[in-house]
Amino acid sequence: MSLDLHAAAPPEPGPPRAARHTRRRAASLTRLDLKYSPYLYVLPFFAIFAVFGVYPIAYTVWIALTDRSPLNPTISFVGMDNFVELITEDPQFWNAVVNTFGMFLLSTVPQLLLALMLANALNRKLRAQTFFRMAIAMPIITSTAVVALIFSMIYAKDFGLVNWLLDSVGLDPIDWRANRFASWFAISTMVDWRWVGYNALIYLAAMQSISKDMYEAAALDGASRRRQFWSITVPQLRPTIIFTLIISTIGGLQLFTEPLLFTSGSGGLSGGSEGQFQTITMYLLDVMNQRFRWGYAGAVALVLFVLIALMSVINYLLARRISSDK
Amino acid sequence: MSVPIRRRRFAAIALASVVVLGTTAACGDDSDSGDSGSGGGPITLVVDVFGDQGFGYEELYKQYEAEHTNVKIQERGKGLGLGDYNTRLTQQITAGSGAGDVVALEEGTIVQFYAQADKFVNLADHGANDLKGNFLPWKWEQGTTPDGKVLGLGTDVGSMALCYRSDLFKAAGLPTDREQVGALWPTWDEFIATGQKFAAADKKHKFVDSATNFYNVVLMQIAGQGTGYTYYDKSNKLVIDQNPDVQAAYQLTTKMISAGLSNNLQSFSNEWNAGFKNGTFATIACPAWMTGVIKGQAGDAATGKWDIAKAPGAGGNWGGSFLGVPKSSKHQKEAAELAKFLTSAKGQIGAYKAVGNLPSNPQALTDPAVADSTNDYFSKAPVGKIFAAGATDLKPVYLGPKNNAVRTAVENTLRAVEQGKSADEQWQAALKNGAAAGK
Repeated sequence: MSLDLHAAAPPEPGPPRAARHTRRRAASLTRLDLKYSPYLYVLPFFAIFAVFGVYPIAYTVWIALTDRSPLNPTISFVGMDNFVELITEDPQFWNAVVNTFGMFLLSTVPQLLLALMLANALNRKLRAQTFFRMAIAMPIITSTAVVALIFSMIYAKDFGLVNWLLDSVGLDPIDWRANRFASWFAISTMVDWRWVGYNALIYLAAMQSISKDMYEAAALDGASRRRQFWSITVPQLRPTIIFTLIISTIGGLQLFTEPLLFTSGSGGLSGGSEGQFQTITMYLLDVMNQRFRWGYAGAVALVLFVLIALMSVINYLLARRISSDK
Repeated sequence: MSVPIRRRRFAAIALASVVVLGTTAACGDDSDSGDSGSGGGPITLVVDVFGDQGFGYEELYKQYEAEHTNVKIQERGKGLGLGDYNTRLTQQITAGSGAGDVVALEEGTIVQFYAQADKFVNLADHGANDLKGNFLPWKWEQGTTPDGKVLGLGTDVGSMALCYRSDLFKAAGLPTDREQVGALWPTWDEFIATGQKFAAADKKHKFVDSATNFYNVVLMQIAGQGTGYTYYDKSNKLVIDQNPDVQAAYQLTTKMISAGLSNNLQSFSNEWNAGFKNGTFATIACPAWMTGVIKGQAGDAATGKWDIAKAPGAGGNWGGSFLGVPKSSKHQKEAAELAKFLTSAKGQIGAYKAVGNLPSNPQALTDPAVADSTNDYFSKAPVGKIFAAGATDLKPVYLGPKNNAVRTAVENTLRAVEQGKSADEQWQAALKNGAAAGK
């Protein structure tokens, strides 16, 4: 627009004042446009973020300092009482923390290792390459609820597939929901079945951007495939590994649907008869929707937030250390 | 309908649907009520219920719509477990929007809403006090807040019996006639002794479906005869560790478990449902609404295999609901009228015919349609006589505000006992976790 005016103005004798005026206005509009329109473009995100992100977080902080509950006619400010109770005298919360971290480790470590191996295998020349690459992505598009329901049947006590297999090789059936470690294992397999493919795809994409020259040079130097994998592929994937670690940490510490649906029938939020597989998010909902202690639930949510932030930092430091050594 | 434990069935769809249903329902509601002022156009009344079978109101809606041409009725919540339903309702009532025009309040959760009575229409303002005689006195009392506001009108009561598989009883050499079966167990101890006889003769089937069902029935019965309350006393103080009735019911249940009688099925779970279909247990404690559950789960294949006998011990009540009108309703007057219609003798008889929910209305209870009714599915058992006989002289049990949370905590410890943990340690855990849940 403004360029047109510049080009057209000199030869034209027309009304100069008006033209200059228009030109100046257009120029200042351009300046405004350049300066502010980027903000306008990102505004929708931040507006939505303010409504659905900032406001709930701020409200959670506020509510955590009160004894808010639908059963209390009035709300009173209780300061740090909720946090003190949560941290010093709530064994159920700490049980949930242990469960969450246990299942997080039990699922994330094999999950990322498997994904790395899978991606490495798929990065080679294969027959029906696209088919295999698509196939590992399939679990991602199945609904978590369906995965959990099917795995619950596989791990059922009386008519379950796994117990039937155990029985057919002469082993005693396992009550998957009664034993803490057995329940963790069962839930971890659910999580891994669903997320290994996702991480493998991310690794695969990153692997394909690693320059082939490096592998050729390594091969010339006589490095084995395995050596190439650990000395070239893994260090080159460092940023990707950090990314998947952080994403898995967030997902793992918020583990909810799989353990919830692992109990069929009433009492799902309790996560087993003795809370064997109750995670922090399940405990949060238990407190909020069963016991109606909304303020206390807010405190649980904030402590969970802090835990996730801490774990992400630790993971980041670890991942940086490990892969830069190699 | 009235199923304390039925909550959280499909805990699955639970949270997802709580959120999704909650929000979509809220939107639907607003638009419904927005388009219709008091100006004569047709209005839509939303009725919120819960449970797999719903409340059996479908025919009654049609009748009501035919008589009130300006009213359309929409029902939500059929198939939703009580736990999820109640969570959603609590949020809607607290937020002051989204709830239906008529909402079901269950016996175990209505006390929780006493604290929010100001968010409900006092049905006494709509002439409910004239209907007092239409309800069993204790049912009326439960629906009324301590300061006399009528929060809800009673729908059904859960008077108790015992359902049993007569074919399995026969195979185990026990009597099959319902009178004789009832005579086997004047008390719960004798019920357990009968179970041991059954277990000695039949190694393939278990005698009782689950510890929790057994426990809830026994607790409500013992508490009805004893203190009149369970985990909370009538001033809402948590007394789980002081109430002898709770401990007595707990001990009876652990005795039943250690006798090896429980099928260890988690109530309302897939495995429990499969247990009905595969016929893995011989008896189940049966509040009136349970007959609908059995029929639904065991299916046509089991027609005539089930029968109903008198429950051990004295009578008791477990479950039963109320209909209330939230203040957020835009059509409070019409909603109150609908609630009155659905809880009238006619409405309760209709629901009884549809899903077997036993009326809380004395006239309906003595009506031939109820009192003389038999149930073909249960070998033509005179269900009207069996259940209605107990209903009129029931003693109510007071349930505190966080009853469901405490009960879940206690039930979990019973499941741990079923899984082989020590009964004494789990009783201590029940006291500790119950106290934490009720805080």
